[in-house]
Amino acid sequence: MDGEPLVRWDWIWRNWSTGRAGSIDSLLQQHVVMALLPVVLGLVVALPIGLACVRWRWLYQPTAGLMNVVYALPSLPVFMLLLPATGLGPATVIIPLSFYGVAVLIPAVVDGIASVPDHVRQSAVAMGFTPLRRLLRVELPIAVPVVLAGLRVVAVSSISLVSVGALIGQGGLGNLFTDAFKRDFPTPAVVGIVLIVALALLVDGLLLAAQRLLTPWQRARGSA
Amino acid sequence: MITFDRVTKRYPDGTVAVDDLSLEVPTGGITVFVGPSGCGKTTSLRMINRMIDPSEGRVLLDGVDVTTVDPPTLRRGIGYVIQQAGLFPHRKIVDNVATVPQLLGWDRRKARDRAMELLERVGLDTGLANRYPFQLSGGQQQRVGVARALAADPPVLLMDEPFSAVDPIVRASLQDELLRLQAELHKTIVFVTHDIDEAVKLGDRVAVLQVGGHLAQLDDPATLLARPADGFVREFLGRDRGIRRLSFVPGAGLGLRGDLTVPVSADVASARGTAEPWLAVVDPDGGPLGWAATAGLPESGTFEAVPLAPYGTFVRDRDSLRAALDAALLSPSGNAIAVDDSGRAEGVVTREVLDEALVLAAREASRVAGETRADEGPGEAGGAREAADGR
Repeated sequence: MDGEPLVRWDWIWRNWSTGRAGSIDSLLQQHVVMALLPVVLGLVVALPIGLACVRWRWLYQPTAGLMNVVYALPSLPVFMLLLPATGLGPATVIIPLSFYGVAVLIPAVVDGIASVPDHVRQSAVAMGFTPLRRLLRVELPIAVPVVLAGLRVVAVSSISLVSVGALIGQGGLGNLFTDAFKRDFPTPAVVGIVLIVALALLVDGLLLAAQRLLTPWQRARGSA
Repeated sequence: MITFDRVTKRYPDGTVAVDDLSLEVPTGGITVFVGPSGCGKTTSLRMINRMIDPSEGRVLLDGVDVTTVDPPTLRRGIGYVIQQAGLFPHRKIVDNVATVPQLLGWDRRKARDRAMELLERVGLDTGLANRYPFQLSGGQQQRVGVARALAADPPVLLMDEPFSAVDPIVRASLQDELLRLQAELHKTIVFVTHDIDEAVKLGDRVAVLQVGGHLAQLDDPATLLARPADGFVREFLGRDRGIRRLSFVPGAGLGLRGDLTVPVSADVASARGTAEPWLAVVDPDGGPLGWAATAGLPESGTFEAVPLAPYGTFVRDRDSLRAALDAALLSPSGNAIAVDDSGRAEGVVTREVLDEALVLAAREASRVAGETRADEGPGEAGGAREAADGR
């Protein structure tokens, strides 16, 4: 690596958008999809399970325990495990990341609903809300800040975890790391790190903005 | 009218929250359920709108057993005010108030108009309408809670310790506000509190409940204070019961002396030679300014130059004997200044007149108590005995 600069700008310039698979912009695009699809899927799955855990309290402990185990599984062997079923496609990465999302978001949904003050819930009952309407109009809106906080954690960790998929050729920007490693050429790795961090900051910022927009009623601004 | 017909609430673990409760809550009045914690007052209240169903017996609302009505439908017709207000934090004040009309399917505009009208009615600035609950003080939130409960104009209002979480000064103003509203609205109100002073102030009738959900006494406040049914009620009413009873003796009949007030512009010479130690000095409009001691009057000049001592007043047409006594205790002269509704001094009630009124009130109370409780002797005997025990 003697004499090799950390960043070769001309390499970045040449490889930014070549129109071929493997160009930086196409990897970025792939990364965004593979990172954020699991967040959405995770929320869609976690919401009903979380609500069921609120409704049937005894469900929560076993579910939370199971989800902790899921979260503890290292991603790489899970990718390997899935390979026979899903092959070398993005699904092999998206599925486990979705499970991680579910694991984080179920407690977020449960805690979110639990954050509704008891006097608020009781006054909703006393005013004649039906249970479904109470959930949709009172409990879920009040749960938004807690759920969004969970969503921010999931989104950032998902953006970072996608790169592990590079080991099976499905890593989005993570492919830049394997590339740099194989060729003993640091520029792609630097580009990958910078873009992943920038992406994480951007998505986190967008979610924070969404939270402020959705919850103008919150006392503590920006502390979530 | 709300009727409790032999209502019992027993929980699976065997706890009895309400024990064979029978009582009637008359239409258009405030009935207060008061008692220590664990007396079943809130449980009883919640059986009216089916947040809790009785184990035995029936709760009737205008003759209809409430358990035959679908809970959400029943509840939309009954206003409910909870401690800490229970406002929806994520909805603006106006939307909070419009909640029940919206549940009832009113159109949005009409519901909001109604909400604005109610905010005004409970004494809130309509400028608060577009704020969120966290931007309001506790007292303001509680007013919003009352407005919200009244939004769909329900004939019945249930209030569960609505004012216990605010400071005493705000609480007093909320209580006054409720009485003012009730004078206009004539709702059937059931009010739960653990505070006997609040119960006696607000209730047309007060139901004192005992731990275990047993009704100890149901009476109007004056009777309750004069004739507690048993030792529990007497103890619950507390040691100031005699003084508090004076709140129900009107002050209107007290004799006035007109010769003890003097205009501030008068010459001090006019007061020289009087045997009265204190004179009430009033401004040109008749408003009291303070007490002047006749012993220390200057040689000449008007009362402008005379140092004045603090004073107490009561509104003669409106206030009670208790207020008059309080006014007297706030004056170094021991006399109370009686004012009219606009605050002009009508005259002075002297200590002698007050003493006489107190004696009459005490005599009247023991007469009433003696009539109905001849078997136990004079009603005050118990109190005297307790006092003698050093309580």
